[in-house]
Amino acid sequence: MCNLVPVALTVGANRIVPTISIPYPLGDPLTPKEQQYKLRYHRVGVALDALTTEIEDQTVFKVKF
Amino acid sequence: MKKAVHYINQFFAGIGGEEMADYKPEIREGLVGPSLALNSMIDAEVTHTIICGDNFMGTHTDEAVEEILKFLEGIDFDIFIAGPAFNAGRYGVACGTICKAVKEKFNVEAITSMNEENPGVDMFKKDIYIFKGGKSAAKLRDDVKKMADFANKILNGKKTGSADEEGFFERGIRSQVWLDDKKTAARRGVEMLIKKLNNEEFVTELPIPKQDRVDIAHPIKDLSKANIALVTTGGIVPVENPDRIQSASATRWGKYDISNLERLESGVYKTIHAGFDPAAADADPNVILPLDVMKEYLREGKIGKLHKYFYSTVGTGTTQKEASRMGKEIVEELKKDKVDGVILVST
Repeated sequence: MCNLVPVALTVGANRIVPTISIPYPLGDPLTPKEQQYKLRYHRVGVALDALTTEIEDQTVFKVKF
Repeated sequence: MKKAVHYINQFFAGIGGEEMADYKPEIREGLVGPSLALNSMIDAEVTHTIICGDNFMGTHTDEAVEEILKFLEGIDFDIFIAGPAFNAGRYGVACGTICKAVKEKFNVEAITSMNEENPGVDMFKKDIYIFKGGKSAAKLRDDVKKMADFANKILNGKKTGSADEEGFFERGIRSQVWLDDKKTAARRGVEMLIKKLNNEEFVTELPIPKQDRVDIAHPIKDLSKANIALVTTGGIVPVENPDRIQSASATRWGKYDISNLERLESGVYKTIHAGFDPAAADADPNVILPLDVMKEYLREGKIGKLHKYFYSTVGTGTTQKEASRMGKEIVEELKKDKVDGVILVST
């Protein structure tokens, strides 16, 4: 899980899930706590599902929010 | 006189460090920070300096690039210089991003400089001239001079040499040259072969770039039975940093027991990463090490087990060699503890 997806692709990460920023990958401090939790829950969930997904090439998984 | 435009980040513009890394693109007439050195060495007038925060460029890339290209539309310039970025990863990627965009849109040569460990090198060396630079700002003048010397050749219409001769990273572009010794390719090839057969050193004319790729791991069949571990390069540690992991150029990592925790509390855990503003992660370490939601997934039965420890190091200025060693050491532990999958959060 990372913010700089092009860097992750360059260094060879295979399953990539985007995060929202460098200092706070999984929760924007300017938003309410509940919203941060929701975002974190969603993106970590995408990452867990990515671990179960068959892929043939480096893949950037889609997130909803 | 020819004209040049220079791109630098918020730090070198004197605007601020990590707390200002979200600084939006700005264009200033004249010289700011390193542009003074550039202006004194290049056969052109540096008419404008463009400044952008590294995080802004990294996170809002399209917006930043669009804005900067808009700045440049009304300006007449013959060459574009960015950096030097040394081993600053985000700055390097920013310099590469903007150089490539400017070169494509305005068809002027774009030159930057980075240390070989900078991830921006591999991302952009094919697109633009990236000069081999020092590790830190102590090399600022040397690195600027290398860029300026080469820029002068271009500005004055002089012939430029190969990557090795000039000192930039190989771009993978082949150009035809006449060799002084007039030896044909067939003869050179046979000479190399003979050297090889005699176990002598020879220099290939067609180096194949090394790719350090990791095989794609097989998918986990049943997540509800799997043991998942959390790993981060975001520098999350107990506040006393018991393993004394360095805040930059790390050579150490730590593992910390989270089996009895529901989330990482502020004041108990923090980040020691010196590559970004730590305020958000110190206030809530779960934004980097998402323990709270992993515990929820565990309760829901989506995952079978959350590994007892999380593993942490710092990924700023860290060399690829050290990173690779630490990665292998951590993987060894994870395998020993029968971990099936890892979520790695990087910053």
